[in-house]
Amino acid sequence: MAYFRSHVLVSVDPKCIEMGAFELMGALQDELVKQGLVDEVEVLETSRIGDPETSAPDMIVYPEGVHYTNLSIEDIPFLVEEQFIKGRVAAQYAREIKEVSDEELSAAQAKEMRIVLENIGTVIPLNVEEYIAHDGYMALGKVLTEMTPVETIQEVLDSGLRGRGGAGFSTGLKWRFLRNAEGDPKYMICNADEGDPGAFANRRVLEGYPHSVVEGMIIGAYATGASQGYVYCRAEYPVAVKTIRTAIQQTKDLGLLGENILGTDFSFDLEVRMGAGAFVCGEETALMASIEGLRGEPRPRPPFPAQKGLWGKPSNINNVETFSIVPQIILKGAEWFASLGYKKSTGTKTFSMAGDVKNTGLIEVPFGITLREIIYDVGGGIKDDKKFKAVQTGGPMGGCLPEALLDLPMDYEALDQAGSILGSGGLVVMDEGTCMVDIARFFMEFTQEESCGKCTPCRIGTRRLLEILTRICEGKGKPEDILTLRYLCEQINENSLCGLGKGAPNPVKSTLEHFLDEYEAHIYEKRCPAKVCKTLIRFEIIDGLCTGCTLCARNCPVDAISGERRQLHVIDPDICIQCGICEQLCPYDAIEIR
Amino acid sequence: MATVKSLDDLKRIREEALKKQQLKETSGKTEVIVGMGTVGIAAGARETLKAIMDMIESENLSDIIIRQTGNIGLDSFEPIVQVVLPGEEKVTYGKVNPEMARQIIKEHIVGGKIIVEYQIKG
Repeated sequence: MAYFRSHVLVSVDPKCIEMGAFELMGALQDELVKQGLVDEVEVLETSRIGDPETSAPDMIVYPEGVHYTNLSIEDIPFLVEEQFIKGRVAAQYAREIKEVSDEELSAAQAKEMRIVLENIGTVIPLNVEEYIAHDGYMALGKVLTEMTPVETIQEVLDSGLRGRGGAGFSTGLKWRFLRNAEGDPKYMICNADEGDPGAFANRRVLEGYPHSVVEGMIIGAYATGASQGYVYCRAEYPVAVKTIRTAIQQTKDLGLLGENILGTDFSFDLEVRMGAGAFVCGEETALMASIEGLRGEPRPRPPFPAQKGLWGKPSNINNVETFSIVPQIILKGAEWFASLGYKKSTGTKTFSMAGDVKNTGLIEVPFGITLREIIYDVGGGIKDDKKFKAVQTGGPMGGCLPEALLDLPMDYEALDQAGSILGSGGLVVMDEGTCMVDIARFFMEFTQEESCGKCTPCRIGTRRLLEILTRICEGKGKPEDILTLRYLCEQINENSLCGLGKGAPNPVKSTLEHFLDEYEAHIYEKRCPAKVCKTLIRFEIIDGLCTGCTLCARNCPVDAISGERRQLHVIDPDICIQCGICEQLCPYDAIEIR
Repeated sequence: MATVKSLDDLKRIREEALKKQQLKETSGKTEVIVGMGTVGIAAGARETLKAIMDMIESENLSDIIIRQTGNIGLDSFEPIVQVVLPGEEKVTYGKVNPEMARQIIKEHIVGGKIIVEYQIKG
């Protein structure tokens, strides 16, 4: 594996691209070539660093962790000379020097239990020797030499392992269906199309421990009789794609993939297929259509993939996390895995925690832990010590759960009963400053846009839901809206073709159930209790607190504030656009939102 | 690495990898600092740095950070390479050419033995 002494992470979020991030990367690469540094310094793309409004385009240089901002192409030669040839910080462009830390994945908290994430960040992902030192490919050796395919399936079945992609179907059963299906060849597919906004567990596994996924897939193929495999990974994960590709090649070079693995008559080949980022392609039938080169649209089931899957042949699809657990189950035994977790949900689950919680990032906890423990013990509580309002689990198709449900032991069934899903393990925590109607509208905006349009309930239903929610947020809600929303939710859920449509109403349904008072306040009183919905709030200056410093009037973008120096100022509600700048600026807290 | 034809092959690779692993676990992060001031570069520090990188790559070493530094005030000894093994004092080598750099990696970083004749002593 190539060794680079320094890595440059260039931010390529939309704002930075607009500001010329790609041109900057090109110039940087050219300069590195010119200076003969191209084998020493690796330039990589990354998501947003810092605040793109003020500092685009920007980049971080490791191992020093220097954050450079406001760069232009003309600055590059000087920067390369200072930073990479002379090895000193080009101070005029440097914003700050950050400690090298992993914000996505920090050390495990007391209530965590790490199986999937255990070795991520401690082993070098593409050093296959290190993987082997951690008992890598020993599980494959064990099944190939000591276990029959049927015994392998039984072991996975006994462990109680269920799909980590969200639906929670028994992995062992799925494998058995494929084993018993008639047809040749059979396909083993890994779903790495992690599309939920804010979810990144699969990416971290692929980037940090890729061989565990490869090994899990080979074991699955042996158990089910599959001869060809595909990893379907979204193109937005370029590093993950590169890593898993290299890992597959390494495994082939070792002879653990290909013909007659470990001298047996078992042969299996594996390839990577890239998705173009449509959310619906995470759905298994749409995913298979996409691999075939067709438009990524789901089709009705049955026939299930085990009967008629990829190219009409028997196929099986599991999630990245599911595959990465399999080797551990084979090595440590089904009993060990089944002893972890809660009721019918065995083992652990990773969550990508985000929102108004102190410690955001990737965590892994055993099933049966309560949401309260996750938020307060692992997450460290609500940011700024505000009050908790709701937590949304499972990504954009999950439900929002209130305080009253926080002590629920978490498993697939409990979340389902509470009107949410486990999904891919997204966890968005919301504090008291969140408007639940606005949140429902926000998620509906996402699903409405990602609906593939094949079936009517999803295509038109989500559109109608979004329109009604937008109307309510704008203070134009009608009394009958609540009934219409409920009716639509039910219809979309019952009649949609795939999981996207079936799950799409969940955010609306759950907020209607747990936060009905907020909908009513918007509709009947034209009031947003959380003071978020712009057309329903009014900014007013409080007499007695205002000193007439004129700061607000000078900064109002629409000149809605008037008043003499040292006199009470007044906001004209007809001109005010509720931008909130005056409230943020006022040094005397004299501006109130009503 | 040879191909794995049987479970025994795999076990053998694992044993070897484990030994390397233990070596790594007892060591932690090693720092190699190369003086890259104007004098250092003129004296050939770039070639020395490249030799160090090639060595790390070809020997498949991990957990080594290469850092650069400016002029440390010992111009006549450039190129200067400093090695800090975890928990140990910084060792400074002078007039390090690529060949010496390779030797330093092999004997000092991997072998743990300071090459006294290359060392600059204050």
